[in-house]
Amino acid sequence: MTIPFTHMLYLAILLFLMGAACTITRKNLFMILIGVEIMLNAAGIAFVAAALRWQQIDGQIMALFGMAAAAAEISVALALIVCARKRSGSLTTDRYNFLKG
Amino acid sequence: MTLFNILLYLAAAVVVVATGFAITRQNIVHAACYLIVSFMGTAVLFYLLGAPLLAALEVIIYAGGIMVLFLFVIMMIQYPPPSTRKAFSAKTWCPAMILVGICGLLAGILVFADPANRLRPVAVTATPQAFGDILFQGYWFPVEITSLLLLAALIGAMYLGRHNKRDNGK
Repeated sequence: MTIPFTHMLYLAILLFLMGAACTITRKNLFMILIGVEIMLNAAGIAFVAAALRWQQIDGQIMALFGMAAAAAEISVALALIVCARKRSGSLTTDRYNFLKG
Repeated sequence: MTLFNILLYLAAAVVVVATGFAITRQNIVHAACYLIVSFMGTAVLFYLLGAPLLAALEVIIYAGGIMVLFLFVIMMIQYPPPSTRKAFSAKTWCPAMILVGICGLLAGILVFADPANRLRPVAVTATPQAFGDILFQGYWFPVEITSLLLLAALIGAMYLGRHNKRDNGK
C-alpha cells in the first residue's frame, strides 16, 4: 500500500548523479545544459516527494520556483550558446580555453 | 501492491531509462527527444505523488517550453552532424565517475540513516486552488522575485541575441 520515502529519494539521487555525470564529462555545450536540466528536475522530484511525506504543500511550491529558475537559466544559456557559436563557430568546450577581449 | 504503486515504479523506471539514453547520445536532437520522454515520466510521478498542478506545469514548461526551445536553437544554429569520435574515453569518464560515486555514497548514507519513512501514493492531494492560495498568500515575495528573475533573463537573452554589426565583418 505504501512505498518507502527513501525509494523516491534514491530516484532523485540517481537522476541528479546522472545529470552531474553528463555535465562533467560531455564537451558539447548542449549536453552540459541537458545535464543541468536533469539535475534541476531531480531536485524537483525530491521536493515533491518530501511534500507528500510531511503533508506540507510548501515542497511543491519550491519545486515550482525551481521550474521558474530552470526556465530563466535555459533561455539565457541558449542565447549565450547562439552568441558563442557566432563568435567562434564551435560548440565544444575545447574551443573556449582562451581569453580575448 | 496497488495500481498507484505499480504505476509509480513504472514511471520511475521510464524516467531513469530515458535519462540514461539522453545523457549518452552523440546526436543532440536524439538526446533532447529522450529528455522529453523523461520529463513526461516525471509528470506522471508528480501526479502520483499528489501534485496535479505541478504535473501539468512539468509538461507545459519543461517538455513543452524548454525542450522545444532547445530543439529550436539546435536547428537554428545548424549544428554539424555528430563526429564518430569515441564518446566513452576513460580519461574523461574516470574522474567524473569517482566524483559521482563519492556524491552518491554520501547521499545514500544520508538517506539510509532514516529508513522508516513511508509514502502513500495518491492521485490528487494538493488541489490547484489550495496550491494557489498558499503560493500567493505565504509566498508572494518569492513570486515577485521570480518574476524579476524571469524579466532579467528575458532582457539578458535579448541583449545576447541582438544583431551586432561589428561582428559581421569578421
